[in-house]
Amino acid sequence: MTTLQTVFAKAKADNRAALVAYLPAGFPTKDGAVAAAAALVEAGCDVIEIGLPYSDPLMDGPTIQDAVHRALVNGTRIADVLRTVEGVAATGAATLVMTYWNPIDRYGADRFARDLANAGGVGTITPDLTPEESGPWREASADAGIDTVFLVAPSSTDERIAAVAACCTGFVYAASLMGVTGARESVNVAAEGLVERTRAHTDLPVCVGLGVGTGAQAAEVARYADGVIVGSAFIRRLLDAPDEAAGRASIQKLARDMAEGVRARG
Amino acid sequence: MANEGTILTAADLAGNGVHGDDPDVHGKFGIFGGRFVPEALIPALDEVARTYAEARADARFLREFDHLLRTYAGRPTTLTDVRRFSEQAGGARVILKREDLTHTGAHKINNVLGQALLTKRLGKKRVIAETGAGQHGVATATAAALLGLECVIYMGAVDCERQALNVARMKLLGATVVPVHNGSKTLKDAINEAFRDWVTNVDTTHYLFGTVAGPHPFPEIVRDFARIIGVEARRQMLELTGALPTAVCAAVGGGSNAIGIFHAFVGDEGVQLHGYEAAGRGLDSGEHALTLTAGTVGVLHGSRTYVLQDEEGQTIESHSISAGLDYPGVGPEHAWLKDSGRATYHGVTDDAAMAAFSLLARTEGIIPAIESSHALAGALELGRELGPEATILVNLSGRGDKDMGTAMKYFNL
Repeated sequence: MTTLQTVFAKAKADNRAALVAYLPAGFPTKDGAVAAAAALVEAGCDVIEIGLPYSDPLMDGPTIQDAVHRALVNGTRIADVLRTVEGVAATGAATLVMTYWNPIDRYGADRFARDLANAGGVGTITPDLTPEESGPWREASADAGIDTVFLVAPSSTDERIAAVAACCTGFVYAASLMGVTGARESVNVAAEGLVERTRAHTDLPVCVGLGVGTGAQAAEVARYADGVIVGSAFIRRLLDAPDEAAGRASIQKLARDMAEGVRARG
Repeated sequence: MANEGTILTAADLAGNGVHGDDPDVHGKFGIFGGRFVPEALIPALDEVARTYAEARADARFLREFDHLLRTYAGRPTTLTDVRRFSEQAGGARVILKREDLTHTGAHKINNVLGQALLTKRLGKKRVIAETGAGQHGVATATAAALLGLECVIYMGAVDCERQALNVARMKLLGATVVPVHNGSKTLKDAINEAFRDWVTNVDTTHYLFGTVAGPHPFPEIVRDFARIIGVEARRQMLELTGALPTAVCAAVGGGSNAIGIFHAFVGDEGVQLHGYEAAGRGLDSGEHALTLTAGTVGVLHGSRTYVLQDEEGQTIESHSISAGLDYPGVGPEHAWLKDSGRATYHGVTDDAAMAAFSLLARTEGIIPAIESSHALAGALELGRELGPEATILVNLSGRGDKDMGTAMKYFNL
């Protein structure tokens, strides 16, 4: 099992940023999700976030909403998410679950942390769990030996950044912009400042997500961040592809561009 | 105390220091409430909370709100003794609090006027809102027109269809109505979409939340602005009957009209509080909105509360003949009142609500909103239980003009 610590240490040694990809479990199909993630790992992605499909994804834009809706229609359950994690972890990538809080809350925090660790998962990203509410989840995760990643945003005060960073292990997720997930024409200039402000409060790696969609953007972000997170740009290609094989080829091509980008560092 | 001629005091807004008062610093009512939202929204929620705390202690703000309630919304609203309707309620004396007589035709106007003033105080020029039945959307568009704010309303595509008249009203009032085609295409999806807008435009925009749900401080703010309903009704009951009512009844979707009338009575231990949720086609049909009576504790739309969800935390789509009750969550303060036993919650089917809708029209010449008809149906049953000595105060939260399409179909008119 590859840990986040290993990934970031290695990236640092190579003088590059890590490449982090997001794909929801169950999309385009249950098996297709594992195959797509494996294609991304082969093309140079270091970390895979497996999304846990949820009925009310209020911080996601249309692309991820669409994919997640399909995954739910496909009958994707938490057991499928865990099987997906198992399959992806076997490729050698550090594998996380990204999820809204309610599915974990309902499943049981201790049980989810344990089952995720047993599946080879190394942590979670929980975008709607604030420091105030995160105590039980951090305890459960520590007991199971998995990392907890939370988000900071351009609107975050230094005080909030400090509070969020103190709850994180593995890395801190810096949301580059005020908005929902989705590829953008350019990466928000606020991202660099946010990363700087975050570094003042933590020694953990800081990764930037939201709005990164091209190799050039990845290179630009890699200049100042420890990791570059890409989701919607991959999912858009999978949605637009005529079949799963074509979709995999298409995201692999983009992932190679991005892998080059995080090595070029703008 | 209030200045002479006003109807609202700081205490009216701020609660009365008894059980049911303010949530804790994290917005918790017991285990319920709180904030489960993207970190990006925390500063905006903090700003709203801070600005509201200042506003409600500011005599000028209270005077402005009071002025709008009296001269624009049409407060105080009257009580109506409904003798002929009461004959079907086991002889218990049923008394209606007539929120249907407010400007725009529903209790929603109270909250939107308060929050529109708050928007000005926040220095923001644009409001967004979700709407189910369209009543909150119409009320928000109204307040936005009055105060010169840009207004965008998110409304489920299914709701747009069943409440087409309200869509037209909002447009006439200058609002942009955005139909939401995601998920179940109803209120919960409209809320998701409004949150997406808010996180994107938070610098310029206030999310004028329409019910006592959502992340802290919305459950507290919306309650306080709706609280005038119960404050007035309590005084009026004492004047009219010389006593407090035996029971207070209200319909519960998100729960704002119910909290609005309940809250002033929470400290009156002898007064029963009954909330009526939409049982739709019945509990066993699976097509209902029985969040408190059949839901489980979870997190939805930023708050810990009772939720209609499956065993893996996926929201289950609700059903009700009334768009305003068609919501799989509920305000956290109701969850708390339920668990503490202070209030009791029941289900009323579509059919029972429509029967009460028709009965009030025929016996009293009042066409109620279908939402409010759930509380009327509850009062009929409760009256038969409590007997002729009882007085039952019902929040007639809105009028039924908007429901004529549904009524035409249901009754083959």
